[in-house]
Amino acid sequence: MAGVKIRAAILSVLFLVVFLGAWQLATAPPAGPERELTEYEIMMGLGAGSGAGMPAPTEIFSLAWEELSRPFHDSGPNDKGIGLQLLYSVVRVLAGFALAVVVAVPIGFVIGMSPVLNNALNPYIQILKPISPLAWMPLALFTIKDAAASAIFVIFICSIWPMLVNTAFGVASVKRDWLNVARTLELSSLRTALFVILPAAAPTILTGMRISIGISWLVIVAAEMLVGGTGIGYYVWNEWNNLDIAAVIFAIIMIGVVGMLLDAALAQAGRFLRYQE
Amino acid sequence: MSLHFIEVENLARTFPQPGRQPPLTVFEHVNFTIEKGEFICVIGHSGCGKSTILNILAGLDAASDGAFVMDGKEVSGPSRDRGVIFQNHSLLPWLSALGNVSFAVRARWPEWSRPQVREHSMNYLKMVGLAGAENKKPSELSGGMRQRVGIARAFAIEPKLLLMDEPFGALDALTRGVIQDELLEIWDRTHQTVFMITHDVDEAILLADRVMLMTNGPDARIAESVVIDIPRPRERSDIHQHPEYYTIRNHLVDFLITRSKSLQGRVGGPGQQPRTVNPVKGVGVSERVGAPRVVGGTA
Ligand SMILES: Nc1ncnc2c1ncn2[C@@H]1O[C@H](COP(=O)(O)OP(=O)(O)OP(=O)(O)O)[C@@H](O)[C@H]1O
Ligand SMILES: [Mg+2]
Repeated sequence: MAGVKIRAAILSVLFLVVFLGAWQLATAPPAGPERELTEYEIMMGLGAGSGAGMPAPTEIFSLAWEELSRPFHDSGPNDKGIGLQLLYSVVRVLAGFALAVVVAVPIGFVIGMSPVLNNALNPYIQILKPISPLAWMPLALFTIKDAAASAIFVIFICSIWPMLVNTAFGVASVKRDWLNVARTLELSSLRTALFVILPAAAPTILTGMRISIGISWLVIVAAEMLVGGTGIGYYVWNEWNNLDIAAVIFAIIMIGVVGMLLDAALAQAGRFLRYQE
Repeated sequence: MSLHFIEVENLARTFPQPGRQPPLTVFEHVNFTIEKGEFICVIGHSGCGKSTILNILAGLDAASDGAFVMDGKEVSGPSRDRGVIFQNHSLLPWLSALGNVSFAVRARWPEWSRPQVREHSMNYLKMVGLAGAENKKPSELSGGMRQRVGIARAFAIEPKLLLMDEPFGALDALTRGVIQDELLEIWDRTHQTVFMITHDVDEAILLADRVMLMTNGPDARIAESVVIDIPRPRERSDIHQHPEYYTIRNHLVDFLITRSKSLQGRVGGPGQQPRTVNPVKGVGVSERVGAPRVVGGTA
């Protein structure tokens, strides 16, 4: 219903206004003698008092305006545009994710088709799955000896499990009737896999991919804080070291926006592959 | 050399049971023959093993014992010379109606060109009255239309034997009637050999040349092969007016009500054909094995 949508949109905006208003008030300079303190000092987080250091929304807006007007500038290792940093992170996530797709989907396919393999590999998958991907970082740094590649490896290892498990599940639960159709038509195993099992399992596989990319985006921030150099995680950590809280908050918002876009992209892809029984 | 197009000999199917129970024999000593171009219906109570027999004929299940010979060759495993219409349409939901039919056609004739596949598939979709709906997905079709697509798909690959497992079981009476008419029309044109399971006595009389009657399971057998001696072309609207219609119908219903139970596990035997019954002529002659026995029609 259109009415519901419009009302929800109005309410959303209202929430935002109330939230930003409360924030602005809470960070407003306290009244009294300290009124003398210059706006500049407060803005720099130098002012004393309760809200000290917490920037007001207006400051974040002005910073966002400044940053987004030149997102890809590159003036040395500690001054790169937010767009550039996000791009580093997205490329790492996509690289690790793509590697994981290449590995997890075929293996998941085979596991899903073979109950024996499924049972044989299940204990290992169950043990490996709950390991925090960051726990692999030292091992990755030790063996790969390259910080950037290690970050990609960590993304790879965290996105592999949801895809593996979902692919195997999707393949294993393809309806018997559909397989029987393929059998009565004497389709070869390859053709059955490509033209019956794959489309039947595609929505489930895509759900796994969507979970994977979500986790990857969560993990890349932490991974980049560890390995440093470039990326949005490094940016956040760097700005924290500079005590630039406004920049940190701005980065947090951008992380959310990009994560949402990644998820939306896969949701859109899922819409093409979904079918209704 | 076999004399019949299809010969089923001593078919049996047992399922292992949990624990120490002896295996369950669903049916045994199942013998029957089918001629080319015959329309056979199978009737029996739920659980007597009709679907199991059909799955064995389709090659989707393996018999515990016995043989299935078609065109002089023993058959094992599924193949494209047998088309199946499943109990629940089993269309591929991500393909359109046309996609589902041409999927089968392409598998049957891989050497055909795209337009050729399309034209052939469209012809069969038109035959079941689905021209104009060819681009709809199964989820956008009504139950009757889905079953029609299933029929088009099965007929389109022009199998030597068409197997149907209660194809209209899930449909309402009106739709069922319409599709029965369509099926009759297609069959009059193609003279496919059909082996069809049904629960519906009237449907069997309308469609079949012979109706095979199964006793109850377990240890089910095929007890009788009833000749439906009503001339074709038949019309659903006036077949009831045929003077012998109720004679035949009573015979079938009578079997289902009383004899299917009383004969359970007690008719037939190794190599023994079901007795052929013609309720209209009032006599039946058992085929091939054993001395010809004269059997009364509706008692
Ligand atoms: N895989 C199986 N394992 C054990 N028993 C089975 C199996 N498949 C079928 N049966 C048994 O075989 C019997 C016959 O089943 P089948 O599906 O052939 O019956 P049916 O005549 O088609 O019944 P309906 O008219 O209800 O479709 C049933 O008693 C069923 O429990
Ligand atoms: Mg059945």
